[in-house]
Amino acid sequence: MANDKKVDIENNLTLIRSLIAKHKRHDHIFAGVGMFVIISLTITLLVLFLDLVFDGYPRFNLDFLTNFPSRRATAAGILSAWVGSSLVLIVTFFAAVPLGIAAGVYLEEYAKKNWFSDLIEINVTNLAGVPSIIYGLLALGLFVYGFGLGQTILTAGLTLALLMLPIVIVATREAIRAIPIHIREAAYAVGATKWQVSLHHVIQYSYGGILTGVIIGMARAIGETAPVITIGALTFIAFLPPSPVGLEPPFINFEWLEAGFTVLPIQMFNWISRPQMAFHVNAAATGAIIILLTLLMNGLAIKIRYNIRKKIKW
Amino acid sequence: MVDKKRKHPKEIIKAEANSLNFFYADGTQALKKISLPVYENKITALIGPSGCGKSTFLRCFNRMHDLYPGNKYDGEIILHPDNTNILDKRVDPIEVRMRISMVFQKPNPFPKSIYENVAYGLRVRGERNKRVLDDKVEEALKGASLWDEVKKRLHDLAFNLSGGQQQRLCIARALATDPEIMLFDEPTSALDPIATMNIEELMAGLKEKLSILIVTHNMQQAARISDYTAYMYLGELVEHDETDKVFTNPSKKETEDYITGKFG
Repeated sequence: MANDKKVDIENNLTLIRSLIAKHKRHDHIFAGVGMFVIISLTITLLVLFLDLVFDGYPRFNLDFLTNFPSRRATAAGILSAWVGSSLVLIVTFFAAVPLGIAAGVYLEEYAKKNWFSDLIEINVTNLAGVPSIIYGLLALGLFVYGFGLGQTILTAGLTLALLMLPIVIVATREAIRAIPIHIREAAYAVGATKWQVSLHHVIQYSYGGILTGVIIGMARAIGETAPVITIGALTFIAFLPPSPVGLEPPFINFEWLEAGFTVLPIQMFNWISRPQMAFHVNAAATGAIIILLTLLMNGLAIKIRYNIRKKIKW
Repeated sequence: MVDKKRKHPKEIIKAEANSLNFFYADGTQALKKISLPVYENKITALIGPSGCGKSTFLRCFNRMHDLYPGNKYDGEIILHPDNTNILDKRVDPIEVRMRISMVFQKPNPFPKSIYENVAYGLRVRGERNKRVLDDKVEEALKGASLWDEVKKRLHDLAFNLSGGQQQRLCIARALATDPEIMLFDEPTSALDPIATMNIEELMAGLKEKLSILIVTHNMQQAARISDYTAYMYLGELVEHDETDKVFTNPSKKETEDYITGKFG
């Protein structure tokens, strides 16, 4: 009898072990597939980046950053382009961030949930996927002709802000939704108003997520070409806009908003469409710089998110 | 306020629910015609099986249900001595919450410093004077028996405290604004026995200053700390009397079954 039981248990054990081995195989297969996908993506990006770096290597020097574009490829630089990109991004930031955060907070904290808020939600999500050239056309009609803002830094900044807005709104809403309900209730229970809850709690606890969205949105905006071409950015520009900060009072001026401009991706596009190989080197160097900037910004976003997650644990 | 039919004529009524019905947004009726007094400087415990509506009832007292659309109150809760019906649509829920504070089931400090947690209720009221805030924070932390443990690290993050300390911090936060009534929603269910004992002792002291309404799953706790006990079942109030009487000589069969463990 006892022997029978022992055999039973042993049979059972073999069965269990073979089952576990089978299930573990699934683990390994999935991990393998996942690893393959990730590595091939990373390698593709790396190869592209390195290709640009090698091609553009001769132009990696300070002159490239401090020279205006020129008819001679070796003397040409990206000064007007990077200054233009920076100024446009400043406008984009100050237009998209307050609006995007306000919209996100409103949708999460204030708006009643009904068909109208559903409609807005679908639209916002959709906007994030609209091709950027459409934004360019919209901006051309609305900002350039409608409001008469012209083909200026202000117009470009606002156009890219439109592009970035849905990203900020979605990021804000996601971050707000991560705040546990009992924290919100605790604030209401001591007699806080909606505004106080939003200002003292909701925004403060979600700013990590919001900031991540903002940086990712800016990283997208910095590489956008189509909408900026549509509104008529210049392709060859050998002067700088008036400086936003001055040495004399009032120290800050806004004339630069109305200046013509170019941006990095347009400068790159301009060079690459020339027949001479020497300009292609310049284009590769510019491309490497754009990718580097995007990587840096995304890296910063990840770092910020990581730091804040460490601090706030629900 | 003096009523010949009243069961406990020696007590002062701080608040009373009168035929209170409550409906959640999906239409379920969670409370059915509840009439219950909360006596001044006494602890009233709400007991009953899960889903009997005791937390729902508690959350009517600070209009917490207003935060979610579609919930409906019917009936009244009168707050004395000013006879305000706190469920009246014309009464601002924020005013109600400034008079009646709440401690939740799970310790829920804000991810801010210990000091800021306690001071928050005062900040909401617009208090900016640092001396007043300092005094009030100290007073509230002492009231919650937490002062000695945290006085040297008031500006540490509240999350660094233990669970029991966090819950006492939440009590201090609720206390700092001098509420008339404090609501406790199973305040010790997430705590270990020693932290639970601390909080029970704390409540016994608190009732000198204010009135307490507490929901508890733990019948021994109700028996230990409360002066009055209300037994609820399926959204109805089955019995309400002095705690001793409810636990030793309940007048209803259902109550007896529940407290003797035949059911629940």
